[in-house]
Amino acid sequence: MNAQAKPREFPLPSSVKVIPGTERAQAAYPYHIQFTQADDRKFWFYNSMHFPEPMSAFDMVTAEAAYCALGAANTRVHCLPTTLGIDHRIINGRVYIGGNAVTDPAEIARRTVEFQKRAFHYYQNWESLYAQWKQKMLKLIEDAKALPDPVLPEFEPLENVHAGRGVASNHDLLVTYQKTLEGYFRMWHHHFEFLLLGYGAYLTFFGFCKKAFPEITDQTIARMVAGIDAEIFRPDDELRRLARCAVELNVDAHFRDGAAAADIMHSLRESGEAGRRWLDELQVSREPWFNINVGDGFYHYHRSWNDDLSMPFSGLTSYVRSVRAGEPLDRQVGRLQDERRQLIADYRDLLSSDEERAAYDQMIGLAHRVFPYVEGHKFYCEHWYTNLFFNKIRAFGTMLAGQGFFASAEDVFQLTHYELEAAIIDSMNAWSTGAEPRGPAYWPPIIAERKAAIAVWARHETPPALGPIPDVIDDPAIVMLWGITRESLDNWLSAGDAGDSNELRGFAASSGVVEGIARIVKSVEEISRLQDGDILVCQVTNPTWAPIFHKIRAAVSDIGGSMSHAAIVAREYGLPAVVGTGNATSKIKDGQRIRVDGGRGIVTLLL
Amino acid sequence: MPDAKYISWFRDVGLEDRPRVGGKGGSLGELERAGIDVPRGFVVRTEAFERFVEALELQAPVRSRVQGLAAGDLDGTASLARELRARFDDAQLPPELELEIRKAYAALCQAGSMPAVAVRSSATTEDAADASFAGLQDTYLWVLQADAVARKIRSCWASLYSLESLSYRRRQGLAESTVAMAVVVQTMVDARTAGVMFTRSPISGDRSVITIEGSWGLGSAVVGGEVTPDRWVVAKITGEIPVRDISDKAICHVPAAGGGVDVVPVESSLRREPCLSDQELQSLRAIGRQVERHYGRPQDIEWAVERHTNRILLLQSRPETVWSNKDNQPAATPASDPLLHVMNIFGGQR
Repeated sequence: MNAQAKPREFPLPSSVKVIPGTERAQAAYPYHIQFTQADDRKFWFYNSMHFPEPMSAFDMVTAEAAYCALGAANTRVHCLPTTLGIDHRIINGRVYIGGNAVTDPAEIARRTVEFQKRAFHYYQNWESLYAQWKQKMLKLIEDAKALPDPVLPEFEPLENVHAGRGVASNHDLLVTYQKTLEGYFRMWHHHFEFLLLGYGAYLTFFGFCKKAFPEITDQTIARMVAGIDAEIFRPDDELRRLARCAVELNVDAHFRDGAAAADIMHSLRESGEAGRRWLDELQVSREPWFNINVGDGFYHYHRSWNDDLSMPFSGLTSYVRSVRAGEPLDRQVGRLQDERRQLIADYRDLLSSDEERAAYDQMIGLAHRVFPYVEGHKFYCEHWYTNLFFNKIRAFGTMLAGQGFFASAEDVFQLTHYELEAAIIDSMNAWSTGAEPRGPAYWPPIIAERKAAIAVWARHETPPALGPIPDVIDDPAIVMLWGITRESLDNWLSAGDAGDSNELRGFAASSGVVEGIARIVKSVEEISRLQDGDILVCQVTNPTWAPIFHKIRAAVSDIGGSMSHAAIVAREYGLPAVVGTGNATSKIKDGQRIRVDGGRGIVTLLL
Repeated sequence: MPDAKYISWFRDVGLEDRPRVGGKGGSLGELERAGIDVPRGFVVRTEAFERFVEALELQAPVRSRVQGLAAGDLDGTASLARELRARFDDAQLPPELELEIRKAYAALCQAGSMPAVAVRSSATTEDAADASFAGLQDTYLWVLQADAVARKIRSCWASLYSLESLSYRRRQGLAESTVAMAVVVQTMVDARTAGVMFTRSPISGDRSVITIEGSWGLGSAVVGGEVTPDRWVVAKITGEIPVRDISDKAICHVPAAGGGVDVVPVESSLRREPCLSDQELQSLRAIGRQVERHYGRPQDIEWAVERHTNRILLLQSRPETVWSNKDNQPAATPASDPLLHVMNIFGGQR
């Protein structure tokens, strides 16, 4: 293992080439997110946490909207003293990002004054502003739901004409599309309204704990702060409720292992009054709690429970079995609350002076104040709203596919949002002229080319970082949101030095040591392959996967930190978990025996 | 058994008795009173030492000879040390003292299944500098008969008159009349596994973790540094075990047939096996917390797991000194406005 064998630097952006044959797909991304020579002066890293797979042309909108809103909050709204926004570039479908630090002391001082006027107001009025935030989000969600599906009638409805509406139906397509897009950009502004402030307050307490208790684990600090009745637990709680309900109504026999959700629902509907009552209960749970998607919400194909009932029904079947076996299923909220209180008090007792205890009280108080937002926002933003957004775009896909633009509605996601507007206007125009739209001849070959490019990109490794290595990473946004430090860069540089090591390292997310059979699950469709007692190995875990935690003995993921929702759920279930290993799904073979040491963050490949 | 003239049972003494029973004796009594499992035993108090020296003085002067040494007189000190050592070895204990020790030893043998005891000096001062001067750490393991017990007690006392001890006292100009020593006689634990435990991290000083080090057999192999022990870091509050370093434990100390300790190789199948189960680690954690709570400060503890019963016993507990004596900067002090703490993150002063 020669330390000199590898160059200790990352490639420059200009040296990363578009993979031959994918140039036109690459050109679909707008000019301002293409790398240029000027970008060589700056440090970039691959945002594999949020965008682990190559982005389709439409899905790029998430990067665009999110960085637009994140930067606005940092740079102009809260005026973070030492950092501005985050730039992004896309090459080979991969999203690279780079922070813009403020280093001039005079400028930092000027921004500090502004920051305290703004951010401190948020901290002081957190509860009322957060209550107001929820109202804003619910309104935004209502507005999105109220948008009609795009349809073009043959003739304008007579009532519109008699009412003198004066605007024809093709114009409504543009309105709906633009409102859909506008809502998504607006949602991301709401998303970042509190986010950095929330993480900052949490990290303040985190930093204190690491100083006072240098050997404390990240997960212990997380447990002191994490909420117990946070929104992220609700979807799973609803499944438990429905499982109990099925047993109480005596319809539990319908939940057969391996049966499809549609078949189970059909047999319940046919079974009589009790079955229909259960289906009514299901309906209650579905709105809104099944609006949770099976990924992080950043890809159009991360569908929600409502769109794909196989995930919740797989969990339900296993919960029903537990209820029948008399196992306790309830999350014992009261007990968990007592445990958390005790944990906080016990660590407090260990501090060396009343002065230190007073500082601890101040910091944990603030962390508790901000945490409902940190945990809760994702349900409203990345899950609920994002599902509505992608489904509305899908509706345009259905309409355009019907007009021959695409072979399937899903093809719509191969267009950028700029191109989609052009395609919609093409359709509006054709409806108004009575001629054929141009899209059906124009888009199919482009879509085929782009799909092929994504497949090529997915097969190619991409460098974890690009450009000159900074001496220190002092950008609080980068450290907070991505957990990237100078140390992690050194680890990236030395990755591969260890050769054929049979160990993978990640964040120690939930302690315990377990050996078992690894089951690689890359998408929700593969969930049913999990057998009782398997170890789940996946790219990103997510609270929606909670029901299968009931089945598995341990979890390993490519992506995620010790505060990721997967880590939280694993701790809830008392399962060992190692998250953020980088490449577990490619290094581990399906069916292989592995050992997961969740306390140390190590996965060992056996045999 | 009520206190006798020269000895006290552990349960009858506590830290406040240190001037007469020494630090080790006082601590063992304190532990037993706190409900901690310690091997049964008694302390031969300083009165016994005084009585013995008094008897020696009747034959020929002891203390005045030491007092008369010049501070820099190395040759004189060495020759007096040799002479006194011989006198301590040869002299019999005064009969009433001898009888009391034999009775106590017999009671100990009757109560336990083993006649084996450890005989350990118990210094009457906690002062770190004093504790470090030679002789005060004398420990004799696996002592098997009453005669040997009496002899080892005299050996512990004699260590007060070693060259190093005498030189130290002369340099410090300590009055000989204040010099005394207690001796602990304690049932020996035939340990399957033994080691040490710190109720704070010796590496970082972190008070939220317990560091446990252990190896197969008697604890003397770990304390004496003859084996690299297994090492665990256990979170004091939650019981998580973030660090498990299982080492290759080549040798272990076991009781020798005729008394004393043998060094033997560890069976190959056990060398790389953890010497404690998770359940035992959790029991040690609970005991460590209990002792720390009792004393109100972090402790440095010696423990053993009995071979046949797997019972955990404490052999010793003393206050941790390295980190406690450091000038501890608080991790943070309260701010006039709690919100100012966030500037640690946002102000770029991480």
